Amino acid sequence: MNKEELKTRLQELLPSPAFEEGAEWTTVVTDPAGWEGFAWDLRGAEGLDLDYLFCVTAIDWKTHFMMVYHLTSTVYRHTVVVKVKLDHDDPVIRTVSDIWRTAEFHEREAFDLFGVVFTGHPDLRRLFMTDDWKGWPLRKDYEDPVNMIKL
Amino acid sequence: MDVSQQNKSGFPGEVHPTAGGGILVTKLDEVINWARSNSLWPLVFGTSCCAIEMMSTAAAKYDWSRFGFEVARATPRQADVIIIAGTIVNKMAPVLKRLYDQMADPKYVIAMGACATSGGPFFYNTYSVVKGADHVIPVDVYVAGCPPRPEALLHAMIALQEKIRRGAS
Repeated sequence: MNKEELKTRLQELLPSPAFEEGAEWTTVVTDPAGWEGFAWDLRGAEGLDLDYLFCVTAIDWKTHFMMVYHLTSTVYRHTVVVKVKLDHDDPVIRTVSDIWRTAEFHEREAFDLFGVVFTGHPDLRRLFMTDDWKGWPLRKDYEDPVNMIKL
Repeated sequence: MDVSQQNKSGFPGEVHPTAGGGILVTKLDEVINWARSNSLWPLVFGTSCCAIEMMSTAAAKYDWSRFGFEVARATPRQADVIIIAGTIVNKMAPVLKRLYDQMADPKYVIAMGACATSGGPFFYNTYSVVKGADHVIPVDVYVAGCPPRPEALLHAMIALQEKIRRGAS
């Protein structure tokens, strides 16, 4: 599907989707409320078949967190980017590791560095940082007087 | 140190010609250091982009074997010199220390590039990077650059040889 067709199809699945324009791929912004059903739709819906999650990103916008999921279809070769806004004080989102297995490690990384909690994740532990590490190093308000020299 | 001046007289000592041969007059320490300096086996060790330049230095175009570094070893137990080619993060520091401890004496260290020297581009606002590999193991020669060109690394390696010959390392 091309960009316009993808948009039409996504509008059928999501009540009032917000699209971001000007990006390379079709980008839709949503909230965590209906995320689980929408994620299953993205994977399985007729004509979409987004069976490959090739990137999971977390962004700290200071006012909120944004989870970014890059999805592509190995059948149709089209790509959709889904952005999910999360509360800054309590960033919680339902895991997609049961929908796209690769998300298991990606979500552990986002948890490790940003402190985003993925409910239903099978093994949400630190990935890169040591097990006893305190804090979330990639957050904008992160302070570490021991290891960091501030400029 | 002036690298262009070295290697001219190479061997430390002089030969006094006698009938049917000659007598070599030298100091044993200097001969040992001279031998060591000409057969430095580097450890295969690289943690980031400096390692690419190091591989280039080893490969055909720059070919560090011209200076006696030909046998890069994949085990610290057979290596004489470790070139810290890249960033050392806090999690890598104990690994680097263990590698250094596993190397047999005499052993030498070259800190290649800005990261290994001081943390370089990761000096400020980083939670994970060691601000200079000399916090972990003692360094003989530092090379500037990000990454240094192969010529710069060769210069450092020759400087290390000179340092060993002088008995300073």
